[in-house]
Amino acid sequence: MALLTMSGLKKSFGSIEVLRGIDLEINPSEVVGLVGDNGAGKSTLMKSITGVYSLDEGNIRFEDQNITSLAPGDRRARGIEMIYQDLALAPQQDIANNIFLGREPTKKLWGFLPGFVDKNKIDAEALSMIDRLGAQIPSIHVPVGRLSGGQQQTVAIARALTFDPKLVIMDEPTAALAVREVEGVLKLIDQMQNSGIAVILISHRLNDIFAACQRIVVLRRGSVIADLQQEATDMNEVVSYIVGAHG
Amino acid sequence: MNPSEEFVLLSRLHIRLESLIVLIVLSATMAMLSPVFLSVNNLFNIILATATFGVLAIGATFVISSAGLDLSLGSVLGLSSVVGAALVVTLEWPWYFAIIGSLFAGTMAGAVNGFIITRGLVPAFIVTLGMLGIARGLALIISGGRGIYGLPNEILFLGQARPLGVPTPVFILAIVAIISHYILAHTRFGHHTLALGDNEAAAKATGIDISRQRMLLYMLSGLMAGIAGLIFTARVNTGDPTAGLNYELLAITAAIIGGTNLFGGRGSILGTMIGALIMGVLQNGLNLLAVQAYYQQMAIGIVLIAAVWLDQVRDRRRS
Ligand SMILES: Nc1ncnc2c1ncn2[C@@H]1O[C@H](COP(=O)(O)OP(=O)(O)OP(=O)(O)O)[C@@H](O)[C@H]1O
Ligand SMILES: [Mg+2]
Repeated sequence: MALLTMSGLKKSFGSIEVLRGIDLEINPSEVVGLVGDNGAGKSTLMKSITGVYSLDEGNIRFEDQNITSLAPGDRRARGIEMIYQDLALAPQQDIANNIFLGREPTKKLWGFLPGFVDKNKIDAEALSMIDRLGAQIPSIHVPVGRLSGGQQQTVAIARALTFDPKLVIMDEPTAALAVREVEGVLKLIDQMQNSGIAVILISHRLNDIFAACQRIVVLRRGSVIADLQQEATDMNEVVSYIVGAHG
Repeated sequence: MNPSEEFVLLSRLHIRLESLIVLIVLSATMAMLSPVFLSVNNLFNIILATATFGVLAIGATFVISSAGLDLSLGSVLGLSSVVGAALVVTLEWPWYFAIIGSLFAGTMAGAVNGFIITRGLVPAFIVTLGMLGIARGLALIISGGRGIYGLPNEILFLGQARPLGVPTPVFILAIVAIISHYILAHTRFGHHTLALGDNEAAAKATGIDISRQRMLLYMLSGLMAGIAGLIFTARVNTGDPTAGLNYELLAITAAIIGGTNLFGGRGSILGTMIGALIMGVLQNGLNLLAVQAYYQQMAIGIVLIAAVWLDQVRDRRRS
């Protein structure tokens, strides 16, 4: 049974129709590459899955439940995480707080004052997550805005992985990274798949897509125009779909 | 300079060291210029005056650190003052309705601000500027343009008594400040406020209900104006429709020089308290030096612009 089922998704911004009826299924622990030209609607589709955008039409089921009208927080709670293209970090807050943003654990201060954010726990768990990702970061207390692009990327990834997700959407996770760091992300995707997490990877770098994904979906002007098995296709074919030269 | 260590120190203290230095230097200067400045009586005057707009400045801190703005603080203070006094003096309801009425009027004005702002069509700047006019007008209408004089002793206690030798408004400010510090620095509500001010899209993406957050922030700001209105009423024994005129200027300036980022994402109640004391000392000192009120308004305006200017220079240098 599919983990995520999208049927008939439509979304317009003003008079621009960005999603024109998307039908797509994602299976558990599958790594799917989503490619398409700039402005094809990839990020819009993904933000509709996480609930940041609300759809005009269509519905989304996750683990056989309709999640179409749930708020972003509720979808995260069900195991949908996304690493946004613009990273969606709060630059003046520190690394640890960013990783736990929206999900801060609380305790009672001195045993009775309610709602006290457990900063020690946040720091400890954030640190262990960063370590697990093997990232070099000066201190967990640095405001995220002072980190390099690659370090910020790591924080965004750490935030997505800290709460046992079932589906992780990565929108251009390698765009800001050096070659060695890209290797790290691809390895990470492998590990995620092995631990049962489904991944949707968006990238303009077809090398990365072919290295990481078993299935490649091509989006063009708001429609799915190809859904290919990696071993049954090649870069030329994918490129021709992307630019609209195929069929 | 190691940026991480510097940041840890500042964030642990929740204040900005520069503002503390400014407060000390300013106080020392005033003490040298005026022999009266350091007298016990005068120090009481300072903290008493600071207490009223200090509470407002707390409201300003919450809203500004969420990248919002509340220009209606001073007017809502006036409205709250009048509503509380009208219920108890004009309608002769029991004394505690001065408290309930003031806090309720302030919170409701904030709720109206929040409701309109969260519809997303009119920016906070305009909504609260409109409320600045509406609340002041309403205060003048309710009171017929005259002060409502003669509150019961229970209310006067809140403004004029000195339990343990300390004026009650100072106790009220201290309690409000401690609770507010706890909320802003240590609760999820506080974390979400700063995140919203820092990056609204990030706050939304991580599941924070940003409309609800904004709504509550403007209500909180209104509540603070209500508390300040109550203190004002109790101090002068009058529900005064002109109470709090231009206080938003003081409150916003206090928050900014206390280290609240005008563009959101950073703010601390302790910092704001230092900022409020700076404004209190400045006003008091200028009074002692017999500087006309007109010039004082100018001085405060200059301090506000200079504080934001310096803040921006600092941020530029850092990045
Ligand atoms: N919030 C928005 N408001 C208005 N238009 C938008 C918004 N978000 C996206 N669009 C428009 O929708 C279209 C699709 O954008 P989207 O970001 O989904 O493309 P994309 O496939 O992710 O492109 P890229 O590869 O450049 O990231 C574009 O024409 C874009 O201008
Ligand atoms: Mg995109």
